[in-house]
Amino acid sequence: MPIHYYIILAATLFCIGVIGVLTRRNAIIVFMCVELMLNAVNLMLVAFSKLHYGTYLKNGAMGASGIDGQMFVFFIMVVAAAEVSVGLAIIVMMYRNVHSVDINFLNRLKN
Amino acid sequence: MNTIIISAIFGVLMMFSSISVKRVSAYKYIAAFGLILLLIMNIAETYGFQLFHVNTRDMLRFDRFGLFFNSIAIAATLIYILLSGRDVEAVGKNTCDLFVLIFFVMCGIGIMSSFNSLLMLFLGIEIISIPLYILTGSDKKNLKSNEAALKYFLMGSFSTGIMLMGIALLFGATGGFALDRPATMFGPLPVNVMEVIGLAFILVAMAFKVSAAPFHFWTPDVYDGAPSVFTSFMATIVKAAIFIGFIKLFEAKAPDLGQGWHIVIALMIVATLFIGNITAIFQQSVKRMLAYSSIAQAGFMMFALFSQNDTSKEGIILYSLAYSLSTIGIFAILIKMKDVTFEGFNGLARTQPVLAATNAVFLLSLVGIPLTAGFWAKYYMLASVVKMESALWLVIVAVIFAAVSVYYYFRVIQAMYFKEGEAALATEVKPGFRFGLILLAAAIIVIGVMPNLLLNWLYF
Repeated sequence: MPIHYYIILAATLFCIGVIGVLTRRNAIIVFMCVELMLNAVNLMLVAFSKLHYGTYLKNGAMGASGIDGQMFVFFIMVVAAAEVSVGLAIIVMMYRNVHSVDINFLNRLKN
Repeated sequence: MNTIIISAIFGVLMMFSSISVKRVSAYKYIAAFGLILLLIMNIAETYGFQLFHVNTRDMLRFDRFGLFFNSIAIAATLIYILLSGRDVEAVGKNTCDLFVLIFFVMCGIGIMSSFNSLLMLFLGIEIISIPLYILTGSDKKNLKSNEAALKYFLMGSFSTGIMLMGIALLFGATGGFALDRPATMFGPLPVNVMEVIGLAFILVAMAFKVSAAPFHFWTPDVYDGAPSVFTSFMATIVKAAIFIGFIKLFEAKAPDLGQGWHIVIALMIVATLFIGNITAIFQQSVKRMLAYSSIAQAGFMMFALFSQNDTSKEGIILYSLAYSLSTIGIFAILIKMKDVTFEGFNGLARTQPVLAATNAVFLLSLVGIPLTAGFWAKYYMLASVVKMESALWLVIVAVIFAAVSVYYYFRVIQAMYFKEGEAALATEVKPGFRFGLILLAAAIIVIGVMPNLLLNWLYF
Protein backbone atom coordinates (compact mmCIF):
# COMPACT_ATOMS: atom_id res chain seq x y z
CA MET A 1 0.00 0.00 0.00
CA PRO A 2 1.33 3.48 -0.79
CA ILE A 3 2.49 5.58 2.13
CA HIS A 4 -0.03 8.35 1.68
CA TYR A 5 -2.93 6.08 2.72
CA TYR A 6 -1.35 5.80 6.13
CA ILE A 7 -0.61 9.50 6.32
CA ILE A 8 -4.20 10.41 5.45
CA LEU A 9 -5.57 7.95 7.98
CA ALA A 10 -3.27 9.24 10.73
CA ALA A 11 -4.01 12.87 9.89
CA THR A 12 -7.75 12.17 9.99
CA LEU A 13 -7.50 10.49 13.38
CA PHE A 14 -5.41 13.40 14.63
CA CYS A 15 -7.97 15.93 13.42
CA ILE A 16 -10.80 13.99 15.06
CA GLY A 17 -8.80 14.12 18.29
CA VAL A 18 -8.15 17.85 18.03
CA ILE A 19 -11.80 18.62 17.23
CA GLY A 20 -12.88 16.43 20.14
CA VAL A 21 -10.59 18.26 22.57
CA LEU A 22 -11.87 21.62 21.40
CA THR A 23 -15.59 20.84 21.36
CA ARG A 24 -16.43 18.19 23.97
CA ARG A 25 -17.26 19.24 27.53
CA ASN A 26 -16.72 16.03 29.44
CA ALA A 27 -13.23 15.85 30.95
CA ILE A 28 -12.89 12.11 30.37
CA ILE A 29 -13.93 12.35 26.72
CA VAL A 30 -11.51 15.25 26.21
CA PHE A 31 -8.85 13.06 27.70
CA MET A 32 -9.75 10.18 25.38
CA CYS A 33 -9.43 12.55 22.44
CA VAL A 34 -5.92 13.44 23.57
CA GLU A 35 -5.09 9.74 23.60
CA LEU A 36 -6.52 9.49 20.08
CA MET A 37 -4.11 12.22 19.00
CA LEU A 38 -1.19 10.31 20.49
CA ASN A 39 -2.22 7.11 18.75
CA ALA A 40 -2.53 8.88 15.42
CA VAL A 41 1.06 9.97 15.91
CA ASN A 42 2.05 6.40 16.69
CA LEU A 43 0.50 5.18 13.47
CA MET A 44 2.25 7.86 11.47
CA LEU A 45 5.61 7.12 13.06
CA VAL A 46 5.34 3.43 12.30
CA ALA A 47 4.39 4.11 8.69
CA PHE A 48 7.26 6.55 8.17
CA SER A 49 9.63 4.18 9.90
CA LYS A 50 8.76 1.40 7.43
CA LEU A 51 9.18 3.85 4.56
CA HIS A 52 12.62 4.99 5.68
CA TYR A 53 13.72 1.45 6.41
CA GLY A 54 12.94 0.53 2.82
CA THR A 55 14.80 3.55 1.47
CA TYR A 56 17.86 2.84 3.58
CA LEU A 57 17.92 -0.79 2.45
CA LYS A 58 17.69 0.27 -1.17
CA ASN A 59 20.66 2.59 -0.68
CA GLY A 60 22.66 -0.28 0.71
CA ALA A 61 22.67 0.68 4.41
CA MET A 62 23.14 -2.14 6.89
CA GLY A 63 21.03 -3.39 9.74
CA ALA A 64 18.55 -1.33 11.67
CA SER A 65 18.88 2.20 10.34
CA GLY A 66 15.57 3.98 9.88
CA ILE A 67 13.64 2.00 12.45
CA ASP A 68 14.07 4.46 15.33
CA GLY A 69 10.55 5.66 14.58
CA GLN A 70 9.26 2.35 15.92
CA MET A 71 11.37 2.79 19.03
CA PHE A 72 9.83 6.23 19.54
CA VAL A 73 6.38 4.63 19.56
CA PHE A 74 7.28 2.62 22.66
CA PHE A 75 8.33 5.78 24.44
CA ILE A 76 5.06 7.47 23.50
CA MET A 77 3.12 4.49 24.88
CA VAL A 78 5.00 4.60 28.18
CA VAL A 79 4.59 8.34 28.57
CA ALA A 80 0.91 8.12 27.64
CA ALA A 81 0.42 5.51 30.35
CA ALA A 82 2.13 7.77 32.89
CA GLU A 83 -0.08 10.63 31.79
CA VAL A 84 -3.20 8.51 32.12
CA SER A 85 -2.35 7.58 35.68
CA VAL A 86 -1.82 11.21 36.69
CA GLY A 87 -4.70 12.56 34.63
CA LEU A 88 -7.31 10.13 35.89
CA ALA A 89 -6.15 10.85 39.45
CA ILE A 90 -6.71 14.54 38.86
CA ILE A 91 -10.15 13.93 37.34
CA VAL A 92 -11.14 11.70 40.28
CA MET A 93 -9.87 14.34 42.70
CA MET A 94 -12.06 16.94 41.02
CA TYR A 95 -15.04 14.61 40.95
CA ARG A 96 -14.76 14.08 44.70
CA ASN A 97 -14.99 17.80 45.33
CA VAL A 98 -17.68 18.89 42.88
CA HIS A 99 -19.40 15.64 41.76
CA SER A 100 -19.03 16.51 38.12
CA VAL A 101 -16.49 16.09 35.35
CA ASP A 102 -17.74 18.99 33.26
CA ILE A 103 -15.13 21.27 31.73
CA ASN A 104 -17.41 24.34 31.89
CA PHE A 105 -16.66 24.23 35.56
CA LEU A 106 -13.13 25.43 34.74
CA ASN A 107 -14.39 28.85 33.70
CA ARG A 108 -15.01 29.72 37.32
CA LEU A 109 -11.30 30.27 37.81
CA LYS A 110 -11.26 33.22 35.45
CA ASN A 111 -12.29 35.81 38.02
CA MET B 1 24.86 12.93 32.85
CA ASN B 2 25.56 13.31 36.57
CA THR B 3 22.56 15.58 37.11
CA ILE B 4 20.14 13.33 35.28
CA ILE B 5 21.14 10.11 37.01
CA ILE B 6 21.77 11.42 40.52
CA SER B 7 18.57 13.45 40.71
CA ALA B 8 16.51 10.44 39.60
CA ILE B 9 18.25 8.06 42.03
CA PHE B 10 18.12 10.54 44.88
CA GLY B 11 14.43 11.11 44.22
CA VAL B 12 13.66 7.41 44.50
CA LEU B 13 15.83 7.04 47.63
CA MET B 14 14.14 10.02 49.23
CA MET B 15 10.73 8.54 48.50
CA PHE B 16 11.71 5.47 50.51
CA SER B 17 13.23 7.59 53.26
CA SER B 18 9.71 8.67 54.22
CA ILE B 19 9.22 5.17 55.62
CA SER B 20 11.88 5.64 58.28
CA VAL B 21 12.00 9.43 58.69
CA LYS B 22 8.80 10.48 60.41
CA ARG B 23 9.62 14.08 61.31
CA VAL B 24 8.08 16.30 58.65
CA SER B 25 10.53 19.14 59.19
CA ALA B 26 13.47 16.86 58.30
CA TYR B 27 12.51 16.50 54.63
CA LYS B 28 13.48 20.05 53.83
CA TYR B 29 17.03 19.35 54.96
CA ILE B 30 17.20 16.03 53.12
CA ALA B 31 16.13 17.82 49.95
CA ALA B 32 18.66 20.61 50.52
CA PHE B 33 21.37 18.00 51.03
CA GLY B 34 20.39 16.29 47.79
CA LEU B 35 20.52 19.55 45.88
CA ILE B 36 23.95 20.43 47.26
CA LEU B 37 25.17 16.98 46.19
CA LEU B 38 23.66 17.56 42.75
CA LEU B 39 25.28 20.96 42.47
CA ILE B 40 28.73 19.62 43.39
CA MET B 41 28.39 16.73 40.95
CA ASN B 42 27.25 19.03 38.17
CA ILE B 43 30.13 21.45 38.70
CA ALA B 44 32.49 18.48 38.75
CA GLU B 45 31.10 17.37 35.41
CA THR B 46 31.72 20.85 34.02
CA TYR B 47 35.40 20.20 34.71
CA GLY B 48 35.39 16.74 33.17
CA PHE B 49 34.54 14.39 36.03
CA GLN B 50 31.81 11.89 35.19
CA LEU B 51 30.47 9.37 37.66
CA PHE B 52 28.82 7.25 35.00
CA HIS B 53 30.08 6.56 31.54
CA VAL B 54 26.99 6.07 29.45
CA ASN B 55 27.00 5.73 25.71
CA THR B 56 24.07 7.95 24.75
CA ARG B 57 24.60 7.42 21.02
CA ASP B 58 24.74 11.17 20.62
CA MET B 59 21.16 11.57 21.81
CA LEU B 60 22.43 13.71 24.67
CA ARG B 61 25.31 16.08 24.21
CA PHE B 62 26.80 17.79 27.24
CA ASP B 63 28.34 21.15 26.50
CA ARG B 64 29.49 24.00 28.69
CA PHE B 65 26.36 26.04 28.12
CA GLY B 66 23.94 23.30 29.17
CA LEU B 67 25.97 22.23 32.18
CA PHE B 68 26.28 25.81 33.35
CA PHE B 69 22.55 26.26 33.01
CA ASN B 70 22.11 23.11 35.11
CA SER B 71 24.26 24.65 37.82
CA ILE B 72 22.12 27.77 37.81
CA ALA B 73 18.87 25.82 37.90
CA ILE B 74 20.10 23.63 40.77
CA ALA B 75 21.40 26.60 42.75
CA ALA B 76 18.11 28.46 42.26
CA THR B 77 16.18 25.39 43.40
CA LEU B 78 18.41 25.14 46.46
CA ILE B 79 17.64 28.76 47.36
CA TYR B 80 13.98 28.10 46.71
CA ILE B 81 13.95 25.06 49.03
CA LEU B 82 15.78 26.92 51.78
CA LEU B 83 13.45 29.92 51.59
CA SER B 84 10.11 28.23 50.98
CA GLY B 85 10.64 24.67 52.23
CA ARG B 86 8.53 25.34 55.31
CA ASP B 87 5.60 26.32 53.13
CA VAL B 88 5.77 23.08 51.18
CA GLU B 89 5.08 21.33 54.48
CA ALA B 90 1.90 23.37 54.85
CA VAL B 91 0.44 22.22 51.51
CA GLY B 92 -0.51 18.62 51.98
CA LYS B 93 -0.06 15.51 54.02
CA ASN B 94 2.60 13.85 51.86
CA THR B 95 5.36 16.40 52.20
CA CYS B 96 8.13 14.00 51.25
CA ASP B 97 6.54 13.14 47.91
CA LEU B 98 6.26 16.79 47.00
CA PHE B 99 10.01 17.28 47.50
CA VAL B 100 10.66 14.09 45.53
CA LEU B 101 8.65 15.43 42.59
CA ILE B 102 10.91 18.48 42.55
CA PHE B 103 13.87 16.13 42.15
CA PHE B 104 12.20 14.40 39.22
CA VAL B 105 11.67 17.79 37.62
CA MET B 106 15.41 18.43 38.06
CA CYS B 107 16.04 15.22 36.11
CA GLY B 108 13.91 16.57 33.29
CA ILE B 109 15.79 19.87 33.41
CA GLY B 110 19.06 17.95 33.02
CA ILE B 111 17.68 16.37 29.84
CA MET B 112 16.30 19.63 28.49
CA SER B 113 19.67 21.34 28.73
CA SER B 114 21.53 18.58 26.90
CA PHE B 115 19.23 16.87 24.39
CA ASN B 116 20.45 16.33 20.88
CA SER B 117 17.58 14.24 19.61
CA LEU B 118 13.87 14.94 19.35
CA LEU B 119 13.19 11.80 21.37
CA MET B 120 15.08 13.24 24.31
CA LEU B 121 13.33 16.58 23.89
CA PHE B 122 9.98 14.82 24.17
CA LEU B 123 11.06 12.79 27.20
CA GLY B 124 12.56 15.85 28.91
CA ILE B 125 9.40 17.88 28.48
CA GLU B 126 7.24 15.06 29.77
CA ILE B 127 9.49 14.35 32.76
CA ILE B 128 9.17 18.02 33.65
CA SER B 129 5.44 18.27 32.98
CA ILE B 130 3.99 15.20 34.69
CA PRO B 131 5.34 16.02 38.18
CA LEU B 132 4.15 19.59 37.68
CA TYR B 133 0.58 18.43 37.07
CA ILE B 134 0.71 16.71 40.45
CA LEU B 135 2.33 19.66 42.21
CA THR B 136 -0.35 21.99 40.81
CA GLY B 137 -3.10 19.84 42.24
CA SER B 138 -1.33 19.02 45.49
CA ASP B 139 -3.74 21.06 47.60
CA LYS B 140 -6.41 18.41 47.23
CA LYS B 141 -9.20 19.99 49.25
CA ASN B 142 -8.88 23.35 47.56
CA LEU B 143 -11.20 23.75 44.59
CA LYS B 144 -8.99 26.32 42.90
CA SER B 145 -6.01 23.99 43.00
CA ASN B 146 -8.14 21.19 41.51
CA GLU B 147 -9.32 23.36 38.67
CA ALA B 148 -5.81 24.58 37.97
CA ALA B 149 -4.48 21.01 37.90
CA LEU B 150 -7.16 19.79 35.50
CA LYS B 151 -6.74 22.77 33.23
CA TYR B 152 -2.94 22.47 33.22
CA PHE B 153 -3.16 18.76 32.60
CA LEU B 154 -5.58 18.99 29.67
CA MET B 155 -3.72 21.88 28.06
CA GLY B 156 -0.35 20.25 28.69
CA SER B 157 -1.24 16.88 27.21
CA PHE B 158 -2.96 18.55 24.25
CA SER B 159 0.18 20.52 23.47
CA THR B 160 2.24 17.35 23.88
CA GLY B 161 0.05 15.70 21.26
CA ILE B 162 0.65 18.60 18.89
CA MET B 163 4.39 18.46 19.49
CA LEU B 164 4.45 14.72 18.81
CA MET B 165 2.64 15.27 15.51
CA GLY B 166 5.31 17.80 14.62
CA ILE B 167 8.05 15.34 15.50
CA ALA B 168 6.39 12.61 13.43
CA LEU B 169 6.17 14.90 10.39
CA LEU B 170 9.77 15.95 10.86
CA PHE B 171 10.78 12.31 11.05
CA GLY B 172 8.90 11.63 7.87
CA ALA B 173 10.69 14.44 6.11
CA THR B 174 14.24 13.81 7.29
CA GLY B 175 14.34 10.15 8.31
CA GLY B 176 15.86 10.69 11.75
CA PHE B 177 15.40 12.35 15.10
CA ALA B 178 18.82 13.94 15.43
CA LEU B 179 19.01 17.72 15.58
CA ASP B 180 21.85 17.85 13.05
CA ARG B 181 20.74 17.98 9.48
CA PRO B 182 21.09 14.54 7.86
CA ALA B 183 23.33 14.46 4.81
CA THR B 184 22.60 12.50 1.68
CA MET B 185 25.01 11.42 -1.00
CA PHE B 186 24.33 14.67 -2.84
CA GLY B 187 25.01 17.15 -0.02
CA PRO B 188 22.53 18.20 2.65
CA LEU B 189 18.91 17.13 2.37
CA PRO B 190 16.68 19.84 0.85
CA VAL B 191 13.92 21.36 2.99
CA ASN B 192 10.41 20.31 2.05
CA VAL B 193 6.88 21.32 3.01
CA MET B 194 6.33 18.48 5.45
CA GLU B 195 9.35 19.54 7.47
CA VAL B 196 8.14 23.14 7.66
CA ILE B 197 4.69 22.02 8.83
CA GLY B 198 6.29 19.76 11.43
CA LEU B 199 8.45 22.58 12.74
CA ALA B 200 5.39 24.84 12.92
CA PHE B 201 3.60 22.22 15.06
CA ILE B 202 6.61 21.99 17.38
CA LEU B 203 6.82 25.78 17.60
CA VAL B 204 3.17 25.96 18.66
CA ALA B 205 3.67 23.30 21.31
CA MET B 206 6.80 24.92 22.73
CA ALA B 207 5.07 28.31 22.79
CA PHE B 208 2.34 26.61 24.81
CA LYS B 209 4.86 25.33 27.32
CA VAL B 210 6.66 28.65 27.81
CA SER B 211 3.35 30.54 27.76
CA ALA B 212 4.13 32.80 24.83
CA ALA B 213 1.21 34.60 23.21
CA PRO B 214 -1.13 33.61 21.57
CA PHE B 215 -0.85 30.34 23.54
CA HIS B 216 -0.61 31.89 26.98
CA PHE B 217 -4.26 31.70 28.08
CA TRP B 218 -3.80 28.84 30.54
CA THR B 219 -0.97 30.57 32.43
CA PRO B 220 -2.78 33.08 34.67
CA ASP B 221 -5.41 30.56 35.77
CA VAL B 222 -2.91 27.80 36.49
CA TYR B 223 -0.38 30.03 38.24
CA ASP B 224 -3.14 31.63 40.27
CA GLY B 225 -4.80 28.37 41.26
CA ALA B 226 -1.71 26.32 42.14
CA PRO B 227 -0.37 26.54 45.70
CA SER B 228 1.88 29.65 45.79
CA VAL B 229 4.97 27.62 46.70
CA PHE B 230 4.74 25.63 43.51
CA THR B 231 3.77 28.59 41.36
CA SER B 232 7.09 30.04 42.40
CA PHE B 233 8.89 26.94 41.14
CA MET B 234 6.88 26.57 37.93
CA ALA B 235 7.09 30.18 36.89
CA THR B 236 10.84 30.47 37.32
CA ILE B 237 13.18 27.50 37.12
CA VAL B 238 10.98 25.26 35.02
CA LYS B 239 10.10 28.00 32.57
CA ALA B 240 13.77 28.92 32.14
CA ALA B 241 14.63 25.25 31.52
CA ILE B 242 11.98 24.88 28.84
CA PHE B 243 13.32 28.06 27.27
CA ILE B 244 16.79 26.53 27.10
CA GLY B 245 15.31 23.54 25.28
CA PHE B 246 13.35 25.84 22.97
CA ILE B 247 16.52 27.76 22.10
CA LYS B 248 18.62 24.63 21.60
CA LEU B 249 16.01 23.15 19.29
CA PHE B 250 15.54 26.17 17.07
CA GLU B 251 19.21 27.00 17.00
CA ALA B 252 19.52 23.82 14.98
CA LYS B 253 16.26 24.03 13.05
CA ALA B 254 15.64 27.75 12.43
CA PRO B 255 17.96 27.95 9.41
CA ASP B 256 15.64 25.54 7.59
CA LEU B 257 12.77 27.96 8.00
CA GLY B 258 14.53 30.89 6.34
CA GLN B 259 13.22 34.42 6.56
CA GLY B 260 9.72 33.49 7.74
CA TRP B 261 11.11 32.38 11.10
CA HIS B 262 12.18 35.89 12.10
CA ILE B 263 8.83 37.38 11.17
CA VAL B 264 6.86 34.79 13.14
CA ILE B 265 9.04 35.11 16.23
CA ALA B 266 9.00 38.91 16.11
CA LEU B 267 5.19 38.89 15.96
CA MET B 268 5.04 36.45 18.87
CA ILE B 269 7.40 38.61 20.92
CA VAL B 270 5.33 41.74 20.36
CA ALA B 271 2.08 39.92 21.16
CA THR B 272 3.56 38.37 24.31
CA LEU B 273 4.95 41.67 25.57
CA PHE B 274 1.68 43.44 24.81
CA ILE B 275 -0.64 40.93 26.45
CA GLY B 276 1.60 40.29 29.45
CA ASN B 277 2.24 43.91 30.30
CA ILE B 278 -1.13 45.45 29.50
CA THR B 279 -3.15 42.80 31.32
CA ALA B 280 -0.87 42.89 34.35
CA ILE B 281 -1.81 46.55 34.87
CA PHE B 282 -5.43 45.70 35.57
CA GLN B 283 -4.86 42.99 38.18
CA GLN B 284 -5.92 43.39 41.80
CA SER B 285 -4.06 40.41 43.23
CA VAL B 286 -0.26 40.45 43.37
CA LYS B 287 -0.15 36.73 42.66
CA ARG B 288 -2.13 37.13 39.45
CA MET B 289 -0.05 40.16 38.53
CA LEU B 290 3.07 38.01 38.86
CA ALA B 291 1.48 35.41 36.58
CA TYR B 292 1.02 38.04 33.87
CA SER B 293 4.46 39.44 34.60
CA SER B 294 5.88 35.98 33.93
CA ILE B 295 4.24 36.10 30.48
CA ALA B 296 5.79 39.51 29.90
CA GLN B 297 9.22 38.27 31.00
CA ALA B 298 8.84 35.29 28.65
CA GLY B 299 8.50 37.86 25.88
CA PHE B 300 11.92 39.22 26.79
CA MET B 301 13.43 35.75 26.96
CA MET B 302 12.19 35.10 23.42
CA PHE B 303 14.65 37.70 22.17
CA ALA B 304 17.26 34.96 22.50
CA LEU B 305 15.26 32.94 19.96
CA PHE B 306 15.11 35.90 17.64
CA SER B 307 18.78 36.85 17.59
CA GLN B 308 20.64 33.55 18.29
CA ASN B 309 24.19 34.84 18.68
CA ASP B 310 26.77 34.77 21.45
CA THR B 311 25.34 37.76 23.27
CA SER B 312 21.92 36.16 23.38
CA LYS B 313 23.39 32.98 24.85
CA GLU B 314 25.01 34.95 27.65
CA GLY B 315 21.78 36.89 27.93
CA ILE B 316 19.52 33.89 28.40
CA ILE B 317 21.80 32.59 31.17
CA LEU B 318 21.72 35.95 32.94
CA TYR B 319 18.00 36.30 32.36
CA SER B 320 17.19 32.87 33.80
CA LEU B 321 19.20 33.64 36.89
CA ALA B 322 18.01 37.21 37.43
CA TYR B 323 14.37 36.41 36.76
CA SER B 324 14.38 33.19 38.81
CA LEU B 325 16.05 34.71 41.86
CA SER B 326 13.87 37.82 41.91
CA THR B 327 10.62 35.94 41.42
CA ILE B 328 11.52 33.28 43.98
CA GLY B 329 12.20 36.07 46.48
CA ILE B 330 8.93 37.86 45.79
CA PHE B 331 6.96 34.64 46.07
CA ALA B 332 8.71 33.71 49.32
CA ILE B 333 7.44 36.98 50.78
CA LEU B 334 4.04 36.68 49.11
CA ILE B 335 3.43 33.28 50.71
CA LYS B 336 3.91 34.81 54.15
CA MET B 337 1.33 37.53 53.52
CA LYS B 338 -2.21 37.14 54.77
CA ASP B 339 -3.77 39.16 51.95
CA VAL B 340 -2.22 38.81 48.48
CA THR B 341 -3.95 41.81 46.91
CA PHE B 342 -2.10 45.09 46.47
CA GLU B 343 -3.89 46.48 49.54
CA GLY B 344 -2.48 43.62 51.59
CA PHE B 345 0.98 45.14 51.19
CA ASN B 346 -0.03 48.56 52.56
CA GLY B 347 2.37 49.72 55.22
CA LEU B 348 4.60 46.65 55.13
CA ALA B 349 7.69 48.87 55.40
CA ARG B 350 6.69 49.93 58.91
CA THR B 351 5.81 46.53 60.33
CA GLN B 352 8.44 44.44 58.50
CA PRO B 353 11.22 46.70 57.21
CA VAL B 354 13.50 43.82 56.10
CA LEU B 355 10.81 42.10 54.07
CA ALA B 356 9.79 45.36 52.43
CA ALA B 357 13.34 46.39 51.57
CA THR B 358 14.29 43.03 50.04
CA ASN B 359 10.97 42.86 48.20
CA ALA B 360 11.75 46.28 46.73
CA VAL B 361 15.12 45.01 45.48
CA PHE B 362 13.46 41.99 43.83
CA LEU B 363 10.84 44.17 42.16
CA LEU B 364 13.48 46.63 40.93
CA SER B 365 15.37 43.68 39.45
CA LEU B 366 12.27 42.53 37.59
CA VAL B 367 11.79 46.03 36.19
CA GLY B 368 15.43 46.14 35.10
CA ILE B 369 16.74 49.11 37.08
CA PRO B 370 20.56 49.47 36.89
CA LEU B 371 22.60 47.99 39.75
CA THR B 372 20.33 44.95 39.84
CA ALA B 373 20.78 41.69 37.95
CA GLY B 374 17.61 42.33 35.96
CA PHE B 375 19.20 45.32 34.27
CA TRP B 376 22.01 43.29 32.74
CA ALA B 377 19.58 40.55 31.78
CA LYS B 378 17.46 42.96 29.77
CA TYR B 379 20.56 44.75 28.48
CA TYR B 380 22.10 41.60 27.03
CA MET B 381 18.81 40.58 25.44
CA LEU B 382 18.36 43.94 23.73
CA ALA B 383 22.05 44.18 22.80
CA SER B 384 21.85 40.83 21.03
CA VAL B 385 19.07 42.18 18.80
CA VAL B 386 20.85 45.51 18.25
CA LYS B 387 23.86 43.54 17.00
CA MET B 388 21.74 42.08 14.21
CA GLU B 389 21.14 45.64 12.94
CA SER B 390 17.98 44.62 11.10
CA ALA B 391 15.30 44.80 13.77
CA LEU B 392 15.75 48.00 15.72
CA TRP B 393 11.99 48.54 15.84
CA LEU B 394 11.69 45.43 17.98
CA VAL B 395 14.12 46.89 20.52
CA ILE B 396 12.12 50.11 20.68
CA VAL B 397 8.88 48.17 21.27
CA ALA B 398 10.56 46.18 24.03
CA VAL B 399 11.86 49.31 25.76
CA ILE B 400 8.40 50.87 25.67
CA PHE B 401 6.87 47.78 27.26
CA ALA B 402 9.65 47.66 29.87
CA ALA B 403 8.59 51.20 30.78
CA VAL B 404 4.95 50.06 31.02
CA SER B 405 5.98 47.31 33.40
CA VAL B 406 7.33 49.90 35.82
CA TYR B 407 3.74 50.84 36.63
CA TYR B 408 2.56 47.56 38.05
CA TYR B 409 5.81 46.60 39.79
CA PHE B 410 6.05 49.99 41.46
CA ARG B 411 2.47 49.71 42.66
CA VAL B 412 3.70 47.09 45.16
CA ILE B 413 6.60 49.31 46.27
CA GLN B 414 4.23 52.25 46.60
CA ALA B 415 1.84 50.18 48.70
CA MET B 416 4.66 49.03 50.97
CA TYR B 417 6.28 52.41 51.54
CA PHE B 418 3.82 55.21 50.92
CA LYS B 419 0.42 53.87 51.91
CA GLU B 420 -1.04 53.72 55.38
CA GLY B 421 -2.19 50.32 56.53
CA GLU B 422 -1.55 47.31 58.67
CA ALA B 423 0.08 44.66 56.49
CA ALA B 424 -0.53 41.40 58.31
CA LEU B 425 1.55 38.26 57.98
CA ALA B 426 -0.15 34.88 57.90
CA THR B 427 2.70 33.17 59.71
CA GLU B 428 5.51 34.44 61.89
CA VAL B 429 8.81 34.84 60.02
CA LYS B 430 11.99 33.50 61.56
CA PRO B 431 15.31 35.37 61.66
CA GLY B 432 16.77 32.72 59.34
CA PHE B 433 14.20 33.59 56.67
CA ARG B 434 15.06 37.29 56.92
CA PHE B 435 18.74 36.47 56.67
CA GLY B 436 18.11 34.35 53.58
CA LEU B 437 16.20 37.15 51.92
CA ILE B 438 19.00 39.63 52.64
CA LEU B 439 21.56 37.24 51.12
CA LEU B 440 19.39 36.77 48.03
CA ALA B 441 18.97 40.52 47.59
CA ALA B 442 22.73 40.96 48.05
CA ALA B 443 23.39 38.32 45.39
CA ILE B 444 21.10 40.13 42.95
CA ILE B 445 22.94 43.41 43.57
CA VAL B 446 26.38 41.77 43.24
CA ILE B 447 25.43 40.27 39.88
CA GLY B 448 23.98 43.64 38.95
CA VAL B 449 27.33 45.31 39.59
CA MET B 450 29.57 42.59 38.14
CA PRO B 451 27.72 40.33 35.67
CA ASN B 452 31.06 39.02 34.41
CA LEU B 453 31.49 37.19 37.69
CA LEU B 454 28.79 34.89 36.39
CA LEU B 455 29.43 34.96 32.66
CA ASN B 456 33.11 34.07 33.00
CA TRP B 457 31.93 30.66 34.14
CA LEU B 458 30.60 30.05 30.69
CA TYR B 459 34.12 30.05 29.30
CA PHE B 460 36.61 29.15 32.02
